[in-house]
Amino acid sequence: MATQVFKIPESLRDNVKYSFCPGCDHGVAVRLVAEVIDELGIRENSILVASIGCSVTTYDFLNVDSLEAPHGRALAEATGVKRAQPDKVVFTYQGDGDFASIGLAESMHSALRGEKLTAICINNTTYGMTGGQLGPTTLLGQVTTTSPTGRNLEYYGYPIKIAEHIALCDGTAFSARVSLDSVANIRKAKQAIKKAFEVQIHGLGFGFVEILSTCPTNWKMTPDKAHTRVREEMMPIFKPGIYKDITIN
Amino acid sequence: MPECLTNKKVLTKGNYAIANAAVLAGCQCYFGYPITPQSEIGEFMSGKMQELKRAYVSAESELAAINMVIGATSTGVKAMTSSSSCAVALMQEGLSYATADELPVVLVSVMRGGPGLGNIYPSQGDYFQATKGGGNGDYKLIVLAPSTVQECVDLTYKAFYLAHKYKNPTVLLADGLLGQMMEPVEFYDYPYPEIDNSKWALTGAKGRDGRIIRSYAPLADNQCVFLEKLFQKYKTIEENETEWEEINTEDADIVLVSFGSTSRNVKTAMKLLREKGLKVGFFRPITLFPFPTKRLAELSKTAKKFVTVEVNMGQMVNDVRLAVNGACPVELINKGVGAPPSAQEIVSRIEAL
Repeated sequence: MATQVFKIPESLRDNVKYSFCPGCDHGVAVRLVAEVIDELGIRENSILVASIGCSVTTYDFLNVDSLEAPHGRALAEATGVKRAQPDKVVFTYQGDGDFASIGLAESMHSALRGEKLTAICINNTTYGMTGGQLGPTTLLGQVTTTSPTGRNLEYYGYPIKIAEHIALCDGTAFSARVSLDSVANIRKAKQAIKKAFEVQIHGLGFGFVEILSTCPTNWKMTPDKAHTRVREEMMPIFKPGIYKDITIN
Repeated sequence: MPECLTNKKVLTKGNYAIANAAVLAGCQCYFGYPITPQSEIGEFMSGKMQELKRAYVSAESELAAINMVIGATSTGVKAMTSSSSCAVALMQEGLSYATADELPVVLVSVMRGGPGLGNIYPSQGDYFQATKGGGNGDYKLIVLAPSTVQECVDLTYKAFYLAHKYKNPTVLLADGLLGQMMEPVEFYDYPYPEIDNSKWALTGAKGRDGRIIRSYAPLADNQCVFLEKLFQKYKTIEENETEWEEINTEDADIVLVSFGSTSRNVKTAMKLLREKGLKVGFFRPITLFPFPTKRLAELSKTAKKFVTVEVNMGQMVNDVRLAVNGACPVELINKGVGAPPSAQEIVSRIEAL
């Protein structure tokens, strides 16, 4: 008897025009979120707050009620949604610039207040949609369109380690950094995303996952080389791991 | 701190009157950040909303506060924030998005002196900020301007109603004088019908596809269609909701035009000038958008002169000039900031014209 081993998650919309660049990890990340929503059975009870950047089109893929926030304001809007509808599962899907640069105050304060929210942050070390400028997570030495000779301390200072900072907030229930560079790591990423939703559903506090992702277009690399960069350049600085999990420690 | 009162006449401050009225109007969520001269609104709400098991958040900034209101109203509930001048400036981005998202955001703006940090004295310097907008793109906010503490109550109710009826951000534009002044007021039950929002609110996609509340319109043609629809709505608002007060305008040679707290001394000045035998009328826009352009244009056929009185460097006077459209002169009596000119001062300046 035939067994179905692969299917499109029910939480993904049908016939969507795929808007991400070839080889970009956004597609994998959105799919993982959809799979988790399916597995938790929360599609009809969830509200997404989308952000600005390549992440804005998330609502074109996920078949859930969705609100689009101005740049950096996703977690403020999510706070408003959740406080108005405490029984709903409310989550954001943001990039590193949205979450950790222009929206850092909203992000940190949502975690500090212990909002029962889930935040997914794609860290690709650049502003993808605008063509690859320096962002808050751009690595030292990394060449971007606004760091033409590489990120140096004199002009740009240090990149932010997001998952570690969010873990320091007392209202955070779960904070992890994951990568999508291998099948094994994609599986770990899904587990972390699921946990970030579960802590919200159980009312434990703020759930956060930082996902190390590729931007082959702006990195000017093949998808394969881009994943090599994630492993060799990003992971030594942005170390994957669970930085806080109040359900086990 | 006053209790939430209904069907009672009490002596209270404008800020408390607004907050109490918002609670009675069924405001489910308050998000705010302190700023003088409106901090009493947030203080009142922090206690009352928790007591009633409604939502209250001390937001990390005005940016966050207005976006929390956007989030809450996207689910269909009544929600508000309150702020003042230099901090309302921080909310302009959110207000632009809320018009594009067509969300019933309510903002109470209690004006103080500007530009910059300015001062905490009363001012009408944010007429432009409220009616012309500081956010990007083509949009309008519905703007209601109370002149008494009682109107702070009446127009707070109305702000929630109009915001939901038209799915458009609505501003109650008060000032430091109204916010801090005590007057007898009467509270009553919310007098407007509740608006059905089940067709658009985000409540979880139960048995249906997910709804998207968005302003992003990648294609120019789609955006043109949306803007036409948006401005058709503003036309409907102008036709249905324009509100003003006018006294002794029928035979008036001079029509005094003023809004908000300033209009009170102007009304007295009109009476004093009538006693002196001058044919002076009084005209007070209550809705600043929609502005009573048509009625002012009608009056310009019989009046010989309009004089606007404002506590700013001359903002509403521009809208009066547009309405009058050159039919007769439009003068300005103003001061930059602080308590409005006294009735006697207005009388003297009219006589000197």
